[in-house]
Amino acid sequence: MDIFFIIIAQVLCIILLIPFYRVIVGPTVFDRLLGATAIGSKIITIVLLIGFMFDRIDMFIDISLGYAILNFVGVIAMAKYFKTSARFCRL
Amino acid sequence: MMTLLFHILAVLLMLGGVFFMLVGSIGLNRMPDFYTRSHAAGKVDTLGIMMFLAGMMVFEGWTINSAKLLLIIAFVALTSPVATHALTRRALLIGLKPWYRPKKDRGDSHAMAD
Repeated sequence: MDIFFIIIAQVLCIILLIPFYRVIVGPTVFDRLLGATAIGSKIITIVLLIGFMFDRIDMFIDISLGYAILNFVGVIAMAKYFKTSARFCRL
Repeated sequence: MMTLLFHILAVLLMLGGVFFMLVGSIGLNRMPDFYTRSHAAGKVDTLGIMMFLAGMMVFEGWTINSAKLLLIIAFVALTSPVATHALTRRALLIGLKPWYRPKKDRGDSHAMAD
């Protein structure tokens, strides 16, 4: 089962590069933020897989929950920030 | 025997989750507009991560870690569509125009609607 976890983690690391392309070349700011959110949701699963590999799942679950909360709060803060600075977003 | 059954179920759920995450990532690149891209990232990605964490719950069994994984599933199911909706609403309020199909590609049924 450890081999399966390692292979799944490698596949997820390859999948993570596809939204990263959208983060780099996105036409607007919102495309980049959407790509960053998609990357964060894959990082959560990779952190949990690392926890299963090291047999320390009780510690890595808390790290993953903190990462999920930071991902949410970051997007909400950006959505409130662009209300006041609309002329800085290239549409 | 029961352990083998649970492991097979966990592997199937994890493979399904990886498949849906791959589909969401491809949709994030293939769609023509920000709004359609948010459709791909808001729903398909959420389903993928929920299936993946459900597979991890089945693999873990009846422990306190399984309950924490259920907490992460509930949190992701609540907050990931909310974050995508907040971004989309801000883009609409700022004035990002939605994408329309170009005129020459439209068939007769669409020309009637204009």
